[in-house]
Parts: sequence; C-alpha cells; structure tokens
Amino acid sequence: MSLNEEVELLRQIPLFSNVEPAKLKLLAFTSERVTFGPGQMMVQQGDIGDAAYIIIEGDADILIDTPDGPIKVATVGRNAIIGEIAILCDVPRTATVQAKTQLITLRITKDLFFRLVNEFPQMAVEIMRELARRLERTTAQLQAAMSQSGGK
Amino acid sequence: MDQSVYGFILRHSKKEQIVLLVMTVISYPFLYFSYDLPKQIINHITAVDGLKNGGSGKPYLEQELIGLFTMEHVPYLFALCAIFFVLVLINGGFKYFINVFKGQLGERMLRRMRYELYSRILRFPLPQFKKVSAGELIPMVTAEVEPLGGFIGDAFVQPIFQGGLLIVPLFFIFNQDVFLGLAAVMMYPVQGYVIPKLQRKVNALGKRRVRAVRRLSDRIGETINGLQEIHANDTSTLERAEFSDRLGLIYSIRYRIYALKFATKFLINAIDKMTPFFFYTIGGYLVIEGQVNIGALVAVIAAQKDLASPAKELLAYYQQKEDIRIKYEQVIGQFDPPGIMDIAKQEEEPSEVGPLKGELELSNLSYAEDDGVRLIDNATAKMPLDKRIAVVGDGSSGKDELAMILDGLLTPTGGRATIGGAVIADLPETVTGRRMAFVSQGAQVFSASVRDNLLYGLKHRPQRDVLEGEALEERRYVAAESTRSGNSPLDIQSDWIDYEAAGVDGPAALTARMIEVLRSVTMEHDVYQMGLRGSIDAASRPDVAEAILKARKAFRERMDENAELAALVEPFDVARYNTNATVAENLLFGTPVDETFAEASLATNAYVLEVLEKAELTKDLLESGRQMAQTMVELFSGLPPGHEFFDQFSFISSEDLPEFQTLLGRVNKTGLDELDGEDRARLLSLPFMLIPARHRLGLIDEAMEGKILAARKLFAEGLPEALQGAIEFLDAERYAGAATIQDNILFGKAVYGQAGGAERIGEAITELLDALDLRGAVMEVGLEFNAGIGGSRLSGAQRQKIAIARGLIKRPDILIIDQATAILDGQTQSSIMSNLLEMYSEGGLIWFLHRPSLAQSFDHVVVMKAGRVAEDGSYADLSGDDTALKALIEAE
Repeated sequence: MSLNEEVELLRQIPLFSNVEPAKLKLLAFTSERVTFGPGQMMVQQGDIGDAAYIIIEGDADILIDTPDGPIKVATVGRNAIIGEIAILCDVPRTATVQAKTQLITLRITKDLFFRLVNEFPQMAVEIMRELARRLERTTAQLQAAMSQSGGK
Repeated sequence: MDQSVYGFILRHSKKEQIVLLVMTVISYPFLYFSYDLPKQIINHITAVDGLKNGGSGKPYLEQELIGLFTMEHVPYLFALCAIFFVLVLINGGFKYFINVFKGQLGERMLRRMRYELYSRILRFPLPQFKKVSAGELIPMVTAEVEPLGGFIGDAFVQPIFQGGLLIVPLFFIFNQDVFLGLAAVMMYPVQGYVIPKLQRKVNALGKRRVRAVRRLSDRIGETINGLQEIHANDTSTLERAEFSDRLGLIYSIRYRIYALKFATKFLINAIDKMTPFFFYTIGGYLVIEGQVNIGALVAVIAAQKDLASPAKELLAYYQQKEDIRIKYEQVIGQFDPPGIMDIAKQEEEPSEVGPLKGELELSNLSYAEDDGVRLIDNATAKMPLDKRIAVVGDGSSGKDELAMILDGLLTPTGGRATIGGAVIADLPETVTGRRMAFVSQGAQVFSASVRDNLLYGLKHRPQRDVLEGEALEERRYVAAESTRSGNSPLDIQSDWIDYEAAGVDGPAALTARMIEVLRSVTMEHDVYQMGLRGSIDAASRPDVAEAILKARKAFRERMDENAELAALVEPFDVARYNTNATVAENLLFGTPVDETFAEASLATNAYVLEVLEKAELTKDLLESGRQMAQTMVELFSGLPPGHEFFDQFSFISSEDLPEFQTLLGRVNKTGLDELDGEDRARLLSLPFMLIPARHRLGLIDEAMEGKILAARKLFAEGLPEALQGAIEFLDAERYAGAATIQDNILFGKAVYGQAGGAERIGEAITELLDALDLRGAVMEVGLEFNAGIGGSRLSGAQRQKIAIARGLIKRPDILIIDQATAILDGQTQSSIMSNLLEMYSEGGLIWFLHRPSLAQSFDHVVVMKAGRVAEDGSYADLSGDDTALKALIEAE
C-alpha cells in the first residue's frame, strides 16, 4: 500500500476525518509502517504508551486484565485506531492488544503527533471536536460495559 | 626550577654554550680572510692592469703565494680565487654547523622545559586546580615557552660575537685618536641610560600582555565547556561583548608596546646619527688644527660604519632577552605552587610494594581550604580494614574530602590518617596507586579504547620490551636523545601491562579477566553490543573474519528453517532487488570506500551516469526524482525553514526546497528532456536515497527494479580499473572490512517496520554467536571500541562502570568508592554493590555512600557530621533511636 492509500485510510478514521489531506499525508509519511506477527503483543495494559496504531490490514484482539486472567473484550480490524489515548495524554495503557492475524499498522508516535499539532493548529481544532464526540460516546460505552459486567 | 632563564640555560647547556663560543671564535679568522681576500684580488688585477698600460712599478710577472710558492700572475689570480671559494665554503660550513647546533640545542632545551613543566603539573597538589585552569596552563606549556628555543642558542654567543664585532672597530678608532674614540662612544652612556628605562616600561606591558592572553585562553576554554549554558540562556551576545572587551585590552597593551618599541628604535637611530655629527665637528676641528691627518679621519669614519650593525644586533638581542626573561619568569611562577609533590613519590620504585593491611586510623585529622574553612575538623576514628566499611554523611560532612585523603589524593592540613601505622600522606604514589583504587562520581575516561581504559591502572612501568633487532637499536637512539633533554627515556610502545598485578599470566587470561570484571559492573552486555557494532580488519584477524563468515552461513541456514526470522531480514542477493536498501545500495551492490561512489556524489559521477544511460534508467530515475521533489514540496513547504522534520524525514533540506520548487516549475513548462545538467543532477540525486520499503512512495515498480539490477551488472562489469579501489563489492563468500560485525553476519538489510525486529535479530545473532563460541571474539572487538574524547561516546553510566572496572582489575588491597554509582539506576546500582561486597567479603572496601540507607549491607558504618566522625560501629549498633545515622536515613 502506498502513501496515498494510507492517506485515504487515515481519512476514514473519525479522529482525522476533518484534517486536510496534505497534513494527513505528512502524518503518514513521517509515521512508520509496523508489522506484527500473529500472537505478538502490540500494547500491554498498564504500560506507558508512546504511540497509537492504525490497522491497515489484519485483525487484533483487545484484552483486559481481570483477577481471573485476561478477558477478550473485542476484535478490531482494518481502519481501527488503537491506543490513541496514549498520544493525547499520559495514562497507562487501558487494555492489552494482541495481533490475531498478520497485522500491518501505521505507528503514530506521540512525539510526532504533538509536533504536527503544534505546527498546524487547525488540526488540533478538528481533533478536539472529534474528541468531544468521542468522550460522550466512550463514557456511554464504559457505563454500558460496567453495568453489563456488574450484571453477570 | 631555576628562577632565571640564564640559570636554567647554564645549568643544562654549559658544555654546549662553550662549544658554540669556541666554534664562533675559530670562525673569526676565516671570516676575516674572506673579507680581506677580495681586496687582494682587486689589488692584484688593478696592478697587473696598470702594468700592461705602461704604468710603472714592480713587474707582477711573478708572485709569491703565502710565502711558499712563486707563480705567474694569471695562475696567481686563479689561486687567489680558488682560496676565496674555499673560504666561502668554510664559512658556509661554520655557519651551517653553528646554526644547526644552535637549533638542536634550542630544541633540546625547549623539550626539557616543556617536559619539566608537564611533569610539574603531574605533581601539583589537586586543590591547585581550583586556582589555575587548564585554559591557562595549556598555552604556557605550548605557546609561551616556544620562543625560548630560538633564544637559547644565542643566549651567550650573540652578545659575545656582536660585542667582538663592536670592539674591533672601536679599538681601531681609539688607536687613531683618543678624542675621536671618545666621540664614538660618547652617546653610549646616554643609550645605556635611556634604553633600559624604556625597556622597563615595555617589560611591564609585556607582563600584562602575557596575563591578558592567558585569561583570554582561559575564557575560551570556559566558553567551550559552558556552551550549553550559553545557548540555554541566550547569552552569546554577552559572551561576545566580554570577549571583545578582553581583545580590546590586549590590543591596547600591544599598541602601547609597539609605540614604545619603535620610540626606542627612533631614539637609537637618532643617537647613532649623532656620532658622525661629532666626528665631523670634532674630527674636522682636529684636522684643521693639524692634530689629526685627514686620512685617519676618513678611516675612522669608515670604521664607524662598521659599528652600526653590531650595535643594532646587540640592541635587538637585548630586547629579545628581556622578552624571554619575562616569559620565563611568568611561566615559572605558575609552576611552583606550595605543596608540590616530591618527584621521588612518583618516580622512585619502592623497595617492596607489600599489601596494605591492618587498621585505618584517623587521628585528629583536619583539612582546611585556603580560606581557612575546616571541612574536616579533628576527625578521629579507627576502622578495621578486614571489614567492609560504609561512610555516610551529608554534603557538608567532609566525607568527599575524607575519601580523597584516604587515597592520598589530598594532603591533610592537620593530624593524620594511617593504614597499619603508615601515614597515608607520606606514602608514595607508587604504593597508593598500585595497592589502592579510588573511583569518584565523575570519573575520567580517557580518549582511548575501552580496553586501554580498563588496563590503565596496570601500567606503572614498562614490563617487557617488544622491540628487537634494528627497531631496538633505533629505539635506543631515541631514548638517548630523550635523556639528553632530561626527558623520560621509557618506551611508550613497550608492554606496560603488569599482568601479575591483575592476577593473570598473560594477554589471553587478561582478556578473560577483563570480561569477568566487566560482568561484575554489569557492563558485559554493553561491550558485547559495541563489538557487534564494531568492525575488524580481516587481514589482521583472519581467524575472526573466517568465523564471522561461518556465522553468516549459519544465520542464513537459520533463516531457511525459521520463517519468522526470515521475515525480519532481506538478504543481499546479487540477482535480486533489495527493497529495504536504498536505490544507491541496490545499484552499487557494495560499500563505497571513499567519496567517489558516496550516495551524495552518485548523481554527478560520470561513470554512474554512463551506466544509467546504458541501462536506460536515466529517464525513469529523473521521473522518480521529479515525483519525489513534488511530494517533498507538497509535504514540507508548509513547515518553517529549519524545522526538525526536514532533517528527520525530508529528502530535500529546507534551504534547497525553494530551488526545487522553481525547478519543478521549469520541468512542468518544458518537460524533463530540456533540463540542463545541473537541474538533472539535482533531480537525479533524490531517488538514490529512496528505500522503497520504508518510504512507501510507490515509485520503484518491478520494471524499474529489473533495470536497476541490469545496471548493477553493467556497473560491476564495466568498472574501470582506476575506480576499482573505490568500492568494495558485496560478496557472500567474503568478509566486508568496511562493515560492522553485525552487518557481516546479517549480510542483508533488516526489514523495515517489523515490530520488535531489531531485538529479535539481535537475539538470534547472540544465540548463534554463542553456539559458534564467538562471543569472546566479539567481546574483544567491543573492547577495542573507542571511548571518544573524555569518554563522550559512552553514556555517563557506562563511564562510571568502566571507572569501577578499572579500579577492580588491579586487585587493590583497598578499594575506595566515592559515590561512584550515584548516577546509575537503582537496580544496576544494587547489583554492582552486591557484586563488590561479595568480592571484598574479606574486607578492604570503603564505600562513601550517597544514600545512607544503603549502609545496611556493610559490616562497619562511619557517620560523618560537620567534619567530624559523629559515630561508628555496625549498622545494628547505630540504628538506635537517637543516632546520627538514623537522622540521615530519615532525611533521605
């Protein structure tokens, strides 16, 4: 997949959907393409994160540690963004993500992301807008998840 | 050292000065004859000429030569000329000999002087360096003493020689007439009075100039050391202004020196011209009065002319002498600090370097700085050396000074510290430096290999000569020359390593010992990595090169078996395009040895262009270059110039970007075919940097890969002989000397974007090397890793580890660690500490701790407080409620 296709992919991700294509191209060009083998850990719950991943190809399992051991909560595929919280603020990884199949991702480091946002403030505005929407949705999801696990 | 420069010269070169004098005196008659002979020749010619033209006189048909031979006038003329020629040669010979002798003498004395100064720096008491900086000392040893060399050969000869030249005509003048003689010397007392007066002023300025220049170099040194602060505080303008101020001071001093110097010259010239004035007046009067005949006056005036040159030379000598005297005194003054160490403590071999044992005792130990502040104040304690001792205390407790006193690095100002009854301050360095080790927090790592840094503490005296035969003879000659200048005759090329001190019997065991020591300071892995990143010369280590080639094959086999590993490395294959390598690497398929085929010069290399043309690649690459330029302009033109992204990601630097923008404009108008050579080279330079797998620009398609492979073949086959040394082609069967060991094993490129790829490749290589028993060889290469200036190529933690290892390898009786692990992370720190505690379970370890709570693992704890030993005993004894130790731990 070439750079232009990666840009197309980034545009389909809500977080970046309103950002100018030229800036997305710069983001894609400066980001590394990282491949994970099946079973390889992408992020580990509790670790300090320094990058987000966008899945270009393949599937990954999202696992959450519980006292009874890790539980798989979801499987994500193409276009999914993983660990985006880590590039926005300093919190430990909230879940473990493991490659399910051969997985090709675009790795966006926190450092790079912030430098781009610094350089192009309109990008920050677009991301902020998306984040506000996300916050609402995530809160709802979390509540739903909690009441679900509480009900078990 | 001698307080006066003449004292120094006489003490060390009396014989040589006498030789010079004698030679000068012997040369006089020859010089005189060579002046006299032309006169005789001319006289002879004019006489013969006169005879021919019918003049009268003695027939010059026959002539006596030196009263021995009688010959006719033509042979006589030739004989005279021949003698003249011989005299010229003899004079030249004298001059040559004297000058070379002077030069040699000057250089020897300069060498002696520098050696002495350097040797004194080695004996300075350490606190002296709080007062004088390296920036001041360095120019003293290098630049300031330099003119001394030129002066020493002239020191005695010049005044005597020129004085002689002055006295002869003076004598002649006095001989003609006493009054005229008096007229000639009349102005000398005036000169003798005025010149030194002026010179004194010049001297005073000269002293100020020397000091100002020293401060200038000190300032430059400080600027370089503090550059980070200057950048961080935006004070470069301030620094420039300050520097300008200092330069201004030097300028004004020098200007005044010039003014005074030339005023002196002016005065001298004026006075010189006074003398003929007296001749004409007094001499004229005497002639008119008939007391002197006119011939004598003319002769005297001629003789007076001969006075001018030696007088001038003498003056120049005087000025130089004064200049040198000041420089010498100014330098010497700085090199004789109070408390300078007796040289015997460093140079004399002690009768027996026995182990240091017994009890370490401080009795009323005090240490005060120059300002009288007592950092250690009447400290008294006994520490059993068969125990492992921890010393704790806060920043003002005096423990830093105590550490240095215990190693003999500082001399106490009161009381004493003894080991087994021997006063530490009196122990020579030949004992403390061998039986004790001291590691401080900011340990110095020298600009040498890791190996040399580790072995530094084992090199006290040359142990074995490595030279033999002719080289040994040559070395003897060099050593004799060193001795003549009072320098050390010891051979730096000898084997200085004291294997016995390290407890091993030879080089092989020593390497094993080094690795063992590195392991105990948790540095083994670092050095191993250095080895993988290092390279070897296949010619000097054919065994290692061969083994690495074996590892290369084994690695390939592993890749064949293990698909996961195979996905991490794309091997080099002459018949395949490597998408993880640059286009340049793919084209060359080899490592450029020099600039000829370096990536940046490929686009302008005539042979490369020819190959591209033949492979029909030029157009494709130009088109790729155009697209890359377009993408770069699109991506990066929105960023401010100099943004870090340019360096990290862009193919085009921010300065060049506008040029490429206009270039693209031209291309769009006229097409690629119309571009001139420069534009083409510019575009062509871009695709060479492209790594398809990394940059994902989709520019190199399969067809182009094929063309590049064809070009690779063309390039290698048609390479002109003259260029063959410029590239080392990749060859699966050959060790590549220019590449690292790791690259030699991989013989390929790590595939981009494989999560954890580098680590997994590293693991596979390590496994392989262990299986092939090559770990030792890699470690050896790692030991050759150069630490850089002041250890700058190592991390701070690595430098500390090396310093500790350096202390360990000489197996000291007493190891003093002065907070040396403070900058290491907690885990490393505690593993090093437990290794050392185990190593010194029998005692002999004194650890000055930066964290008092660490004292728990030690047998005996000494608590320092305000320069005194507040308490000492076992940790358990001191962990009561009211102890100083408890207070320290709580404050931690």
